[in-house]
Amino acid sequence: MAPLQTFHDSLLAALRLIVTFDPDLVEIVALSLKVSLVGVGLAAVIGLPLGAALAIYPFPGRRAIVLVLDSFMGLPPVAVGLIVYLLLSRSGPLGVLGLLFTPTAMIVAQTMLVLPIIAALAHQFLKDLWHEYAEQLRSLGVGPRQALLTMLWEGRFSLTTAVLAGFGRASAEVGAVMIVGGNIEHATRTMTTAIALETSMGNLSLALGLGMLLMLLSLLINGAAYVIRDLSSQRP
Amino acid sequence: MTTTALPLELRGLAWEAGGERRIDGIHLDLAAGPRTVILGPNGAGKSLLLRLCHGLLTPSAGTIAWRGPAASEARARQAMVFQRPVLLRRSAAANVEYALRVRGLGRGERRARVAAALARTGLSDRARQSARDLSIGEQQRLALARAWASEPELLFLDEPTASLDPAATHAVEAVIEAMHLAGCKIVMTTHDLGQARRVADEILFLHRGRILERQEARRFFDSPATEEAAAFLAGTLKW
Amino acid sequence: MERRPFLRRLAAAVAGIALAAAFAGNAPAGDRFILVASTTSTQDSGLFGWLLPAFTKATGIEVRVIAKGTGEAIKLGETGDVDVLFVHDKASEQKFVADGFGVRRYQLMYNDFIVVGPKTDPAHIAGGTSAADAFKKIAGVEAPFASRGDDSGTNKAEIRLWKAAGVDPEPGSGKWYLKTGSGMGPTLNTAVAKGAYALTDRGTWIAFKNKGDFEILVQGDKALFNQYGVILVNPARFPSVKVADGQAFIDWLISPAGQETIASYRIDGQELFFPNYAPGS
Repeated sequence: MAPLQTFHDSLLAALRLIVTFDPDLVEIVALSLKVSLVGVGLAAVIGLPLGAALAIYPFPGRRAIVLVLDSFMGLPPVAVGLIVYLLLSRSGPLGVLGLLFTPTAMIVAQTMLVLPIIAALAHQFLKDLWHEYAEQLRSLGVGPRQALLTMLWEGRFSLTTAVLAGFGRASAEVGAVMIVGGNIEHATRTMTTAIALETSMGNLSLALGLGMLLMLLSLLINGAAYVIRDLSSQRP
Repeated sequence: MTTTALPLELRGLAWEAGGERRIDGIHLDLAAGPRTVILGPNGAGKSLLLRLCHGLLTPSAGTIAWRGPAASEARARQAMVFQRPVLLRRSAAANVEYALRVRGLGRGERRARVAAALARTGLSDRARQSARDLSIGEQQRLALARAWASEPELLFLDEPTASLDPAATHAVEAVIEAMHLAGCKIVMTTHDLGQARRVADEILFLHRGRILERQEARRFFDSPATEEAAAFLAGTLKW
Repeated sequence: MERRPFLRRLAAAVAGIALAAAFAGNAPAGDRFILVASTTSTQDSGLFGWLLPAFTKATGIEVRVIAKGTGEAIKLGETGDVDVLFVHDKASEQKFVADGFGVRRYQLMYNDFIVVGPKTDPAHIAGGTSAADAFKKIAGVEAPFASRGDDSGTNKAEIRLWKAAGVDPEPGSGKWYLKTGSGMGPTLNTAVAKGAYALTDRGTWIAFKNKGDFEILVQGDKALFNQYGVILVNPARFPSVKVADGQAFIDWLISPAGQETIASYRIDGQELFFPNYAPGS
């Protein structure tokens, strides 16, 4: 099929799905958002303080941890998926939890994937910021825990960027969620695994349409974040 | 103040970095009362000495000790203002309030002190503005307001007006004067001779990490005891 | 700041919601479902969309299918991660049971493979009745051939045909013999794009939407019949296997109702799967 025809058809396919609120599509989109947002949320809750701690507290082995974290930013999703799969398999150490092929497993995999990104970026942003603040905060008698919280708040704009970068990675990946989720219809099928499936069935227009929809969602979420940034940068 | 952490006693204080002794063999007693200005050329170690006294740096040798009855509270009774004001990304009032919350003050007490501090530094109408949007002179006054709000008995200032124009410098010096009159001990570094003349009650002249002279201000400017000090005042001191 | 306790509460709320959402998505207690490992070719044929709702309607048991290549599907059974296998490679299935991973193999249905290729047919195999002969001709002119190369049932059938043709395609790997290591769909995508011959099951081919100028060139050879088997994973080995519901699925599949449902699945009016359960098979 001529490429231009495919693009034209996929635009139509995407529009048709959106306008008719196709229930299967709604289900897939809802699951994608849930998995990625929760995964990124958990990664942020763990990763932001971790990155901040690495930036602020001097302790032996810190540089080694930073090096490891920076390298893990480039973890291939499919490798992370495989690791989580082996952990959660019935024959694996955490098999008793019965989490394989559930959305929870997908969230776990995405959290593991995104955590190094958020922590490493947070560390890099805050290390520079800390230079600016360290002496004054110590002069004011700010304790270590309070310093960490203050720095997280001071750096909130750059840290939002880090979290968005994490979200971009999570919502776009297919390797990890495919392996640990199994792409089960009505249970663990996300936008990316659906795209993979439709492609493999030769429904290229539909697959591309879903892809465009995914990009649109990503645009909306980033847009919302920017609006929030703008609004909050006007208040003191 | 009836109880105080002062005097601050430095004995044989030294600090080195990169194999070089940047502060060398300082013996000093800082007592309440006179405004002490540390004078000296660039690289003399003025900022280092201030940071050592305030506890931001650890000495390589020698001792720093607070000898007053309230010595155990010394940490909470000091404040420092830096050459460039470091303010948080929030309103002017919130910046002052932050410092007080760190000290564990209750909300009512905080509010009162914030309002008073802003009033005393002429920043009341800036209270709700983002601190980073203030002019640099106003920001430095805000840093002083923040320091004042915690009611320190000792205020360290490291070249506080080096980045400011004459009008802002004047405003800042007025605040420093007010704090002095309220009973706060002032210890300030500067390389601005005019400022030293205006502000100092006593001068510590620092050169290459050592205190070469300690003198009542007028006498220092009229007749410095050492060659280096004379050369410095004449503008001919070579590093 | 007043913000601090608010932020803490907000963070706690967000964390709470996140955890709730994370677990709420999984089947609430009371939802009955079994996990079935099957192959991508079966899934791509659309059979499950027809077959499973009928079973769920009859029994209230939901069936969740994880579709992989046959090799991977069997591996899922060997690690106890699924309840039932629904695959098409008799030798591997028998070994699975013999090794103690499965309880018993039931012969279920068959579909057939076909050889597809470009209209231009460089190896001139169109209309042939022997798949092995066709393969010999393809190798003879080194015409491009897309293989799944993924240890799947389809792949193993393909390898058996090369053997029957007396040809070893491996030396041509990367030149005319293209091993995609993928499922049937992606392999067909590659085949169409490169004008390469391919062995595919009829079901996937009929449902495939990207045929380009390809046609069915060889079909009907007995050697192209593809037998399916269904096996319950051994609960003695993996206590977590849902024995009752898994066996209910198998029982339904081999029942007249199940077999009839299989036979009635059509695409373009064509029957794809031919039920052939016989007791004692």
